[in-house]
Amino acid sequence: MKKNGVFSRLALLLTAVFLYAPIVVLIVFSFNSSKSRTVWTGFSLEWYRDLFEDSRILSALITTLEVSVLAMIISTVLGTMAAIGFFNMKKRPRSVCMAVNNIPMTNADIITGVSLMLLFVFAIGVFNSTLGSVTGTELKMGFGTLLLAHITFDIPYVILSVMPKLRQCDPNIEEAALDLGATPWQAFTKVVLPEIQPGVVNGAIMAFTMSVDDFVISYFTAGSNTSTLAMEIYSMTRKRISPEINALSTLLFAVVLSLLAVVNIRSAQQERAAARREAELRQKN
Amino acid sequence: MNKKQLIAFGTALALCLPLTACGGSGSESNGEVNVYNWGEYIDEDLLDQFEEETGIKVNYSTYSDNESLYATLKSGSGGYDVIIPSDYMISRMIEEDMLLELDFDQIPNYEYIDEDYKGLDYDPDNAYSVPYMWGVVGIVYNTTMVDYEPTSWDILWDEDLSGQILMFDNSRDAIGIALKLLGYSYNTTNEDEIVAAVDKLIEQKPLVQAYVMDQIFDKMEAGEAAVGPYYAGDAITMMAENPDLSFFIPEEGTNYYVDAMCIPKDADNVENALAFINFMCDPESSAANAEYIYYSTPESAAKELLSDELKNSDIAYPAQDVMSLTEVYTNLPQDILDLYDSEWLRLKAS
Amino acid sequence: MKKKFLAIPYVIWMAIFVIVPLLLVVGYAFTTRDGGFSLENFQTMTQYWPVFLTSFRLALIATLICLLIGYPVAYWISRESANVRRIAMVLIMLPMWMNFLLRTYAWMSLLENTGIINTFLQNIGFFNLINRIFGTEIEYFHMINTPGAVVLGMVYNYLPFMIMPITTVIEKIDPSVVEAAEDLGANGVQTFGRVIFPLSLPGVLSGITMVFIPSVSTFAISSLLGGGMTLLLGDLIQTQFYGSAYNPHLGSAISLVMMVIVLVMMAIMNHFGEGEETAIY
Repeated sequence: MKKNGVFSRLALLLTAVFLYAPIVVLIVFSFNSSKSRTVWTGFSLEWYRDLFEDSRILSALITTLEVSVLAMIISTVLGTMAAIGFFNMKKRPRSVCMAVNNIPMTNADIITGVSLMLLFVFAIGVFNSTLGSVTGTELKMGFGTLLLAHITFDIPYVILSVMPKLRQCDPNIEEAALDLGATPWQAFTKVVLPEIQPGVVNGAIMAFTMSVDDFVISYFTAGSNTSTLAMEIYSMTRKRISPEINALSTLLFAVVLSLLAVVNIRSAQQERAAARREAELRQKN
Repeated sequence: MNKKQLIAFGTALALCLPLTACGGSGSESNGEVNVYNWGEYIDEDLLDQFEEETGIKVNYSTYSDNESLYATLKSGSGGYDVIIPSDYMISRMIEEDMLLELDFDQIPNYEYIDEDYKGLDYDPDNAYSVPYMWGVVGIVYNTTMVDYEPTSWDILWDEDLSGQILMFDNSRDAIGIALKLLGYSYNTTNEDEIVAAVDKLIEQKPLVQAYVMDQIFDKMEAGEAAVGPYYAGDAITMMAENPDLSFFIPEEGTNYYVDAMCIPKDADNVENALAFINFMCDPESSAANAEYIYYSTPESAAKELLSDELKNSDIAYPAQDVMSLTEVYTNLPQDILDLYDSEWLRLKAS
Repeated sequence: MKKKFLAIPYVIWMAIFVIVPLLLVVGYAFTTRDGGFSLENFQTMTQYWPVFLTSFRLALIATLICLLIGYPVAYWISRESANVRRIAMVLIMLPMWMNFLLRTYAWMSLLENTGIINTFLQNIGFFNLINRIFGTEIEYFHMINTPGAVVLGMVYNYLPFMIMPITTVIEKIDPSVVEAAEDLGANGVQTFGRVIFPLSLPGVLSGITMVFIPSVSTFAISSLLGGGMTLLLGDLIQTQFYGSAYNPHLGSAISLVMMVIVLVMMAIMNHFGEGEETAIY
């Protein structure tokens, strides 16, 4: 294929400007010395200092990380299991399962959120009026329901990224391992898992990203005492956003940026090394 | 620990967590109180002070209007111990049996509340609520953008200010303004009058820059908009930030409201909630709070502690002749509430 | 042990957390506050027809703009070298790591009448120039609190979801197919129209789905950038559950109708994609 010309390069650049303009604004104004988000009054680090003293924002950050990590772990395990299970099903039940699995992904977030809220309110109501009133416990929406909701919308992404890897797997290798006396568990951990590992890792990352980024579903399922960062930001947009949030986002952005840079540089190096090895091998032959 | 064990450990941990997180919040007092208040409506230092004095942890969150407070409680996702609704919402909640009768023995500071604010229509027997702050609704405007001395609600319909006008983003206050302008009562149950008021708002819509609640602070302070109706105490806050701003109470009369602290029926931490209410009734707390949010305190003892400037402000404490023109919202019957909702959406969808 | 049993926990999970909640939505939609079966909610809903129209119109416009920007961008990215492609994909994903409400809020700072763009144009004397030439008296461009600003918010937030699947699909097109077309005498336009575009259709379809659905149901963007002037379906549903109008039955009914309309639209669209497995990522 032909390479890009000046025009298309320019268009790509413009798209990048469009995507990054608000982010630049956010970052720049996190260093502003006044509360204003449109007028630059001077450089200061006061919002960074305030950030580390703001227990509400920090506890929302911790909640966000907790729910995202837990949801990532659980949905990766359950999702990988489910993907293997689906893969070994007959065609009809598999397509039914995959169709249901697709629902949370294709449905609008607000519908997933609202429907889960109805479920939680309903289930909690039933529990509290029966078993709860007998044993004296009272359930409430909170971290538990938030986590359940996050797992529910994370799993489909795990399955989606594990499935293609399973399809690429050669079933004969696992059979060979079993024939050679490996237990099914050994065959799975030593043979299958390494094969599908990139898909599993990718699914886990995707689940984590989705959880961190989610606002709508959390908003409907977290109840009153649990608040994620996105929810905290939403309640702030209804009055004034404190530049502390800009400061926090700038820090998170910097962390993600450096992580991605490291990962990408490393994998680029590995690829180059692999290419060199291949070239050397070819020369030898 | 290798990777596999780590994952197994994490899973085990994760499976236990939801159980502890949502179970067992029943009987044992775990030393916290969940306070649900309007946005920008407290001096947050008072929360720290309360935590220090009592050792009770305050979980503080906010809502934007009475109606969303009501919806949150109704949706069953509550879990709040102290709420601060306005008058008409309190009577609706009393009617629907959503509030707990208060044990006034545990609120000794209740004695500081002035008699004027006791036994009001919304809670005639003084059983469910303790006044928090009161105030009136008026209009904030930017003197550099409005070139005359406004006196009436009709400034919000001024075509010269097109695109510079802000309007309440809640049905009761917005429709109320139109009702007043048309010379009707805030509490009318005449459907034609309400429909006429909404027609008036639809006529106003092309001139409106945005429907806002607390976003008005930002927009007025930055000179992004010229005029908008809001609560008196918040107007003083905005005027302190931007000296170009001014405030007036329209001659047609306005809404006088009392916001009071209540405890929802399903509250878990009633004792702590009562302690919190008592703390907020302490004249020193009330004064500190009033000095911070600029709303009007219902306690003479607290008013004495205020700075002279605020004490003598005719915005926070309007003169008697202004107050005589004010009207309190009362709770409306369900069919009128439904009409408010559908008419409000008619405005929004127009 | 049969391996298909590994799916059992998740099948149960799906039944509880996917199927039952949707059944509850249906149940709520067909009942009233008093609990009886009724079609009242659907009758009430007719008055919100304008909201449906606005939402679908704005979401369609946003999707179209995303496609018009996203397709060429994806096409050009896929023609770059592997390293540039990798960087481009990272750059497109990266904004998603900053909360979307914050990014939308930042657009507010940019678009306001006294915002960054207008102040900048004023400072460089742009408005003076315009006014001198056209004899007008413009002091600023009115951008915020308009339906246009809402569409901008949607395009901004969901553009990556259009670019990513299309890039992935175009990248996978076998270069030899393109070469074959060229060898057989097709010119650039023909190669694109007859070979590349049809082969990239699955990516386009999943891109459209991934932009349209969140756009039609968004509820925060419209209140931030639309100033509460443009009521969208998402806002309507939200006010029924957590807002002023509290009526979960009506909210469920609106959700249900929205879901059905979207499903029908997607089914029709995928029919054109003819059984090609929708490629997400």
